[in-house]
Amino acid sequence: MFELNSVQKQKSTYKATQNACKLCSPLGASVAYKGFEGCVPLIHGSQGCATYIRRYLISHYKEPIDIASSNFTQDSTIFGGDENFKAAVLNIINSYKPQIVGIASTCLSETIGDDVNLFLHHFLEEYKDISTEFVIASTPSYQGSHIDGFHEAVSAVVKKFALSGPSQDHINLFTNFISTEDIRLIKEITADFGLDSILLPDYSESLDNPVWDTYHRIPEGGTSIANVERSGSAKASIEFGTILNQGNLTGRVKNKKLSRTGGKYLQNEMDVPSIEMPIPIGITQTDRFFETLKELSGNEIPEKYTKQRGRLIDSYVDAHKYTFGKRAVVYGEEDFVVAMAAFLDEIGIELALVASGGESGMLEEEVKKYCPENKDKVVVKEGFDFESIKEWSQENKPDILIGHSKGYYIARELGIPIIRVGFPVHDRIGGQRIKHLGYTGTQELFDKVVNALIEYKQTTSPVGYKYM
Amino acid sequence: MPKRDYTNGLPDPAELKEELLKKYPRKVAKKRAKSMVTNNPAESKEILANVRTVPGIITQRGCTYAGCKGVVLGPTRDIINLVHGPIGCSFYAWLTRRNQTRAMEGDPNFITYAFSTDMQDENIVFGGEKKLKEAIREAFENFHPTSIGIFSTCPVGLIGDDVHSVARDMKAELGINIFGFSCEGYRGVSQSAGHHIANNGIFKHVVGNEDRERTGKYQVNLLGEYNIGGDAFEIEALFEEIGVTLISTYSGNSTVESFAYSHTADLNMVMCHRSINYIAEMMEEKYGIPWFKVNFIGAESTAKSLRKMAEYFGDSEMIAKVEEVIAREMLKVKAVAEAVKPKVEGKLAMMFVGGSRAHHYQDLFRELGVKTVSAGYEFAHRDDYEGREVIPSIKIDADTRNIEDLVVTKDDTRYREDLAEKKAKLEESGYEFKDYKGMMPDMQKNALVIDDVNHWETEKLIEFYKPDIFCAGIKEKYVVQKYGVPLKQLHSYDYGGPYAAFGGAINFYKEMERMLATDVWKLVDAPWKHEPEIVGCVTVDA
Ligand code: SF4
Ligand code: SF4
Repeated sequence: MFELNSVQKQKSTYKATQNACKLCSPLGASVAYKGFEGCVPLIHGSQGCATYIRRYLISHYKEPIDIASSNFTQDSTIFGGDENFKAAVLNIINSYKPQIVGIASTCLSETIGDDVNLFLHHFLEEYKDISTEFVIASTPSYQGSHIDGFHEAVSAVVKKFALSGPSQDHINLFTNFISTEDIRLIKEITADFGLDSILLPDYSESLDNPVWDTYHRIPEGGTSIANVERSGSAKASIEFGTILNQGNLTGRVKNKKLSRTGGKYLQNEMDVPSIEMPIPIGITQTDRFFETLKELSGNEIPEKYTKQRGRLIDSYVDAHKYTFGKRAVVYGEEDFVVAMAAFLDEIGIELALVASGGESGMLEEEVKKYCPENKDKVVVKEGFDFESIKEWSQENKPDILIGHSKGYYIARELGIPIIRVGFPVHDRIGGQRIKHLGYTGTQELFDKVVNALIEYKQTTSPVGYKYM
Repeated sequence: MPKRDYTNGLPDPAELKEELLKKYPRKVAKKRAKSMVTNNPAESKEILANVRTVPGIITQRGCTYAGCKGVVLGPTRDIINLVHGPIGCSFYAWLTRRNQTRAMEGDPNFITYAFSTDMQDENIVFGGEKKLKEAIREAFENFHPTSIGIFSTCPVGLIGDDVHSVARDMKAELGINIFGFSCEGYRGVSQSAGHHIANNGIFKHVVGNEDRERTGKYQVNLLGEYNIGGDAFEIEALFEEIGVTLISTYSGNSTVESFAYSHTADLNMVMCHRSINYIAEMMEEKYGIPWFKVNFIGAESTAKSLRKMAEYFGDSEMIAKVEEVIAREMLKVKAVAEAVKPKVEGKLAMMFVGGSRAHHYQDLFRELGVKTVSAGYEFAHRDDYEGREVIPSIKIDADTRNIEDLVVTKDDTRYREDLAEKKAKLEESGYEFKDYKGMMPDMQKNALVIDDVNHWETEKLIEFYKPDIFCAGIKEKYVVQKYGVPLKQLHSYDYGGPYAAFGGAINFYKEMERMLATDVWKLVDAPWKHEPEIVGCVTVDA
């Protein structure tokens, strides 16, 4: 009856997940929803999920983050969540006057088989004059991780609002789950090319606000509905990430056919060509991004960027002796680790282990594709958890860890440096402001990696060099 | 608008209440109104608490699982806490509370782990018991723990996995203590339901498993102290100096092993009444161990609690020692208080947190002359506000009925008649047991008490009272700070602490000096300095 995918997993032999290297789907969906103007996320399920997810996001973004819940009771699990859904939507509209309510389902509501589309239909029949828009993403966590939730929500928004039309000059940017600083950078770059670009999504303001004069119930920022509508008539879409939510998820039963990315949807339904590329970290991938912008805009690469690129190459050369042959462990979301690995490959670092909690079945192939120097020896693991990373590292003794805060304990145990990148970074200030992308983001990463290696050498050396 | 002057008492918040309620639909407004009480310590007033949050209104409450796994069992280091469910529930509870623990060299400490069965589609469709069993075997083989707890999350209850029968089977197979908790998130109103479920489970499966020989003349348990920021360490040091043997703490810096013989204590002292009073009650019924409420937050409260304990044991040597310690410590405390107080006196505080902290911390603020203008709990019950005498009159609703009320009977061989007699005698002289009076009698007239405060209300409260400090958790932190009001986290202590006992009080005073007299906040132009205007809100239900 069910078609169960058995992905060839190069997983640890563990049955249980010990210290997971992934988060759950509605979290990703909530982040994506925050990137659309006037959107309040609603997690359909018990309040615990919404509270935990808020708590977690807040510890990274250090901003107020409102995420509503339909607060299931024991009764809702028996009779369905229709009543609670209705009450939740009404109260959200009442207190936030949102333009969009972005709904993400949970393991609970999916398990009992709540049909949110039907609930919404009932609701709109009863409250005809409501002008709020609704978007629904199906995000049970037993079918994928936070990054799948993120892409599901983005494509749900696009499917809901995009209008097809004669091709115009603007472009769409599906920038994947990147930092708020990265989004600002991408906006600056495309503007410098004179491109009118639509970011899907854009949470650079809503999740990283300046101090306010007046309290905003819904933070400002985010891509407007009008712009999402225009995404259907764009000249092209650029999608960061080559895995996205296109992989086989372990046992994904229900949504296998549904899960298409926003970019692919626009390509198939509205003839907006989609250009897929890794997240631009490192020179090679950033070059690819700039080349694409050059083509799309018909404008030359602004001098500012060729200079940035030049400086970056200069520093690669200067610091090669510190990075060459050093062995790194990289972990995080799949597309993110592919990009990070591609950058490390470029600077002469040996990729000892590339790991993710995601399970697309595509990771190894993608890593090898973009890491020519390492492709014969790199170990790639998907469906991996931190205990497995730890065990592997204890045996293989890497020099440096590159990933988010959750790997800190491993670095501490091994006594090696860790470079904090990606999400979540909750044991440092400014996690949301880490820049990874483009020439300048790569420059910052590069300096961090090199300096960490130098510092390690300095502190562990008996000599006490002060002149490197 | 200038700040309000509260020197002659607090203003009647009637107008604020009206404003808070007017934007809710009528039914919601009616419900919320009962959870907002203008305090009057001279008369008892009823507050609506421990009822479901209205869907769509952003609450700070967590779920039943969070209370069971995160709060009560989480800080215990020698048990493997295996979360049965999809990954998120386990991930979010991974080391997010700042419970500290001190394992002896070579002793197990599993606190730093997050074990999950990480259910996938096939487990939801075909059931997850098999995977759960495999995960238990694996945990046993890899770590050799003496006990394993299994925590059910929402989907588990629905697909019908029976964690209790799995626990029984695996217990028989592996020969260690294994027990399950039906703590699915939807079961209760908040974390509180999970506390109760955890209390029941520990009592049923652990307490009384080991009749250990006495190791001290005076043996006590400390209940409801979770060792955030090292609080329990402060208290432990005091007990040791005074000559009291701490058998077990529920559950900061603790082990399941110690729970097993915690029934050998002569006294139970309860810190957080909400989360742990059930075990205190059950231990008294079964083993005859009396309990009373203590509070080690605040120097005065600490002194009072220590004196009460010494009086219970009635040992003149201990009484003298307690006085000696208090005198010595108070000297240090007073010195710091005198330096800090002039800088912070008269400032206004609000606190919305937990099931006991919103009460306990008022004591600390009082010592500095800081006024609490409004307070409330996130997941408490009426008795935590109004005192235990209201318990018989609390309405039992469907959510409460959901949670098993264990029937506990007297253990004829182990019941401590001597303690029961001691208690009776002390009571004759006016000594109080089971004595929690709640938060409201300790608050000023006209202070506004609000249960389960939400985002919208928080914003309005800040605009009305313009507090100098707001105490809550990380979820509220950045909302409040956007108003230019500093927020002190009382869940995680903002990576500070300890704040318990005398040493902790000194830490807290200094922290308040830093927060209340700091300059950064002057840079943030508080919104009420302009005309306040909330963007995108307020409609009235017709
Ligand atoms: S699924 Fe249930 S148990 Fe898990 S976090 Fe959500 S409410 Fe809590
Ligand atoms: S039940 Fe699912 S959605 Fe909720 S916290 Fe757990 S994994 Fe996430």
